[in-house]
Amino acid sequence: MLRQFRNCRILRNHEIVRDDIWVRDGKVVDPEKIFFDEKIQADVQIDCQDAIVAPGFIELQINGAFGIDFSYNSEDIENGVNTIAKGLLQHGVTAFCPTLVTSPKSTYAKVMPKIKRRKGDENGATILGLHIEGPFINTQKKGAHPPEFIRSFDEGFKSLLDVYGDLSDVSIITLAPELENSLDVIKKLKSENIVVSVGHSMGNLKDGEAAVRSGASFITHLFNAMLPFHHRDPGLVGLLASDNIPEGRTVYFGIIADGIHTHPAALRIAYRAHPAGLVLVTDAISAMGLEEGQHNIGQFAVEIRDRKAFVAGTETLCGSIATMNECVQILHKATGCPKEFALEAASLHPASVLGITDKKGTLNFGADADFVFLNDDLDLISTWIAGKCVYSRV
Amino acid sequence: MRLVILETSSVVTEWAAKYVAKRINDFKPGPDRYFVLGLPTGSTPHGMYVKLIEFYKAGKVSFKYVKTFNMDEYVNLPREHPESYHFYMWNTFFKHIDIVPENVHILDGNAEDLVAECNSYEKKINAAGGIDLFIGGIGPDGHIAFNEPGSSLVSRTRVKTLAQDTLEANARFFGNDIAKVPKQALTVGVGTVMDAKEVMVLITGTHKAFALYKAIEEGVNHMWTVSAFQQHPHTLMICDEDATLELRVKTVKYFKALSTVHHTLIEENTSLEQFRTIH
Repeated sequence: MLRQFRNCRILRNHEIVRDDIWVRDGKVVDPEKIFFDEKIQADVQIDCQDAIVAPGFIELQINGAFGIDFSYNSEDIENGVNTIAKGLLQHGVTAFCPTLVTSPKSTYAKVMPKIKRRKGDENGATILGLHIEGPFINTQKKGAHPPEFIRSFDEGFKSLLDVYGDLSDVSIITLAPELENSLDVIKKLKSENIVVSVGHSMGNLKDGEAAVRSGASFITHLFNAMLPFHHRDPGLVGLLASDNIPEGRTVYFGIIADGIHTHPAALRIAYRAHPAGLVLVTDAISAMGLEEGQHNIGQFAVEIRDRKAFVAGTETLCGSIATMNECVQILHKATGCPKEFALEAASLHPASVLGITDKKGTLNFGADADFVFLNDDLDLISTWIAGKCVYSRV
Repeated sequence: MRLVILETSSVVTEWAAKYVAKRINDFKPGPDRYFVLGLPTGSTPHGMYVKLIEFYKAGKVSFKYVKTFNMDEYVNLPREHPESYHFYMWNTFFKHIDIVPENVHILDGNAEDLVAECNSYEKKINAAGGIDLFIGGIGPDGHIAFNEPGSSLVSRTRVKTLAQDTLEANARFFGNDIAKVPKQALTVGVGTVMDAKEVMVLITGTHKAFALYKAIEEGVNHMWTVSAFQQHPHTLMICDEDATLELRVKTVKYFKALSTVHHTLIEENTSLEQFRTIH
């Protein structure tokens, strides 16, 4: 089945251009080759009604959504994962890394074997492997992570294996680079093709640079759970402008552009300092996607007011509930960046972190036909996986 | 021969597009009756394609029952190269219209046996019933397709080694590096174009003025291959004012006096057949 998406403006090579997208067997194909070599026409033409067509959003850090938390709802985790994978389609996310926060060893044993990499379809977004955030982090920057489960690399890589067990479905590990033995662990993880992200850390810039030289390539939710920027030691934030990074390497950083967890001015600073590394993450908690009002999620009572999540009855924020689509819009408005950039920060850039730009994060020939239709305000119209509509707003 | 003189190059391309659309529509093509077009590439016809796409989108013309034969293609240039004529035709025209891929023909400059490729091209043109309307542009040296000065005026489709002048003129499309310009091309012959039922040549700009003068005011001469069309029964030359600068006042006045007749050629509710006898 050869499908031709007509009448669209597509994001390709950092530009929004008027062109068609041709899809066969779930991949974007080169129509010129088909025209001259196979001499066939499209079986189906789809009128995109002048929508912007961008690569599907890729989420590298999401703790939960729709009332389910990957780390706490370990009892019925398969159903939970399915619900979230399906729900994310309505926010334009076509691929994601379910994220586990610091947990007891028993949770890793129970949950990790049940969240496998898998291809997306109408039942849910693609799972690109786990993002494991902790427990090898700094207690002083624990954020919302339970301190009693935080660990150190006493026996190097063995300590890590001892906690996680199997790493075959892990894509990203967040750790604090200043922990003893961490550089050896980073090298080993890098050799296993696992992305190392630095975060929940008291590390200074030197620690960050040493981690990058050992193979770390990502920073977990920039500005949050790390030392604040200081002009004599800029800390991990300084990695955005470090001159001590091996040539040809890009340090990427996740940033929560929900308008709350990162001040718009901080967003602008990060954008202007190092746009090539900017990756949008929601870091959403289980309350994402729920209606306004009070919800009992696991052991917490959460109240959603004014599109923010509070510990019920208090003014204490308990995590991000922004959707990826909202983050794209906020980044665009807050920084004045081109639409192309805002969309790539949610697609091409996260795909670059994982080294999968041949398949995801672009609409180049040969890439998976995962995309979103958007209007000029970047509101989501529909979501497509492998060239099939998996969600439509109307 | 007809010479239609129009104000500017954009009027020339629009006029040409209207004429093509009208010829297709008057022909009333259908599943058993294809209209066969010969097509050029280059900057002069670009505007014509843009207009034809506009007409197609407005529902004024369809290419469903049109067959096309392109004039030429470089030898050994990858098809996806932006200077290849496959690339040009796909991106400038074909991808925007309803033409059926199997009805499109472009010489394959990467074929293993180039001579066989050229011979089979001639056969394909014959099998399609010949070309109803061949559209061309000309070079400043009066060449049509890659039939450069000195080409036989009865030449057929063949491999042609390009003149040094042409290589130098084309270097700007290949990063100003003459070493990268293909040295050979496949091209239809002057004879191939002469066999078309009708030939329409677009000429715009002062740099083509001398070639236009050679084409219509001097005799038939293989050093100005486009002059061969003086002997074609239905040649239509369309030019802008700039291209007339080397013509005699008498020539320009003569053809301009016929302009009212020429303009009826593109009127939507006039049949073209009545003009067949007027030259």
